[in-house]
Amino acid sequence: MYMLPNVLRNLSGKPATRLYPLEEREPFPAYRGVITNEIEKCIFCSSCARVCPTDAITVDAKAGKWNYDPFLCVYCSACVEKCPTKCLHQEPVHRKPSVSKFVVHRTGTPRVKKAKAEAKGGEGTEK
Amino acid sequence: MSNRTTVIPFGPQHPVLPEPLHIKFVVEDETVVGAVPQLGFVHRGLESLVRLKDYNQMVFVVERICGICSCIHANCYCNTIEDMMGITAPPRAQFLRVIWSELHRIHSHMLWLGLFADAFGFESVFQQFWRIREHVMDICEATAGNRVILSVNVVGGVRRDLSPDQIRWMLGRLDELEKGMRELTRTMLDDYTVQERTRGIGYLSKEDARLLGAAGPTLRGSGWEIDERMHGYAAYKDLNFIPMVENDGDCYARSKVRFYEVLHSIELIREALNRLPESELTVKVTGNPEGEAIFRVEQPRGELFYYIRANGTKNLERMRVRTPTFANVPPLLHMLPGCKLPDVPVIVLSIDPCISCTER
Repeated sequence: MYMLPNVLRNLSGKPATRLYPLEEREPFPAYRGVITNEIEKCIFCSSCARVCPTDAITVDAKAGKWNYDPFLCVYCSACVEKCPTKCLHQEPVHRKPSVSKFVVHRTGTPRVKKAKAEAKGGEGTEK
Repeated sequence: MSNRTTVIPFGPQHPVLPEPLHIKFVVEDETVVGAVPQLGFVHRGLESLVRLKDYNQMVFVVERICGICSCIHANCYCNTIEDMMGITAPPRAQFLRVIWSELHRIHSHMLWLGLFADAFGFESVFQQFWRIREHVMDICEATAGNRVILSVNVVGGVRRDLSPDQIRWMLGRLDELEKGMRELTRTMLDDYTVQERTRGIGYLSKEDARLLGAAGPTLRGSGWEIDERMHGYAAYKDLNFIPMVENDGDCYARSKVRFYEVLHSIELIREALNRLPESELTVKVTGNPEGEAIFRVEQPRGELFYYIRANGTKNLERMRVRTPTFANVPPLLHMLPGCKLPDVPVIVLSIDPCISCTER
């Protein structure tokens, strides 16, 4: 009986849940979501790959390739914090569900000579 | 076996308990006369991962031992490594660790209170607890970046800070949470039906609780004033912490302990937020750990124990975790014989079993 006022209030009030796909809550700014790489700034130092607890990131410094598997990633943001050039970013939105797994391949200019790399700039491709 | 004896399996898939615990009940008519547990359905080999991952990556692995007290696992792990390396986290980090640990305790206990209400068939209380639990989940997400796996602890400190705006917002949400909890006090603790289902059920005497090595609310519900937070790890030594103790030793006493622990945790968080010292968030960690160390913290379910041996390389040599549910299974098996079959879900849930923790 002690529950009765509560039950009546819940019955007449708004539901606590949202109609999710139709109505979405604003994400909290601190949420750890999708990871993106600004490949132009990336120096392929492999720091992110070394700290990653699930080996979701692999870096090929010679070819200038940065590969990231969002399905292995646990979104701990260790890589984002470790990145020396701050080229890794984490958006406050979660990854959209998908029907098949994929790996994000990003190709930039490998670090041969600093002046040359800056002049050429980066060319990013995303699959 | 007489003709009246039957064996009834409980779990690993059971509506009241999502955790894969299997118990074979020997029943005589409606009365349970024996219980044989079987564990090992979710062993994932997380302890042996220490040989593959370095000690900083392991923080994220130990968090995934348990989905409901992840932050406290990481807290204990980081404290063990810090002890071994002879470093101390800065005071602000210690306070923040307490805040996030207590948030986890609140959401774990509220989840349990809901499930417990579900076990004795009070669906609307179940939904109401989970409804007000969202306040804590929102606080976790807004401050740490995730609802459950907070990933805020690192060896040497914490990774996230709280801004004054966030603190103000958190205090507001905690007030709402406390209001919700106070509304449910009479329903959970004074209601006739609830008392009929929980009072005198699953009795564990004070001596048995000690002899069988119970931990956490199961132990405190039987009248022992034992709580790891009394030892004052992290910032508990600076806060006014009082362990919650009940003397009845039944399911009602255990739910009462947890209910008041939620309210006390809210107090602790408020106190910690108001007295948050200014300092760095991390200290510089150099080198690799070497030697042996143990550390104990209080999880929502009881005492959590970590043993780590390291040999000066980046990988640890051995890690051993002893979780409170492991300690609470023998008391559970002692409580079960003699009870009626409909009381089984209530008794099993009253120790708050976390099998994923236990089997790792």
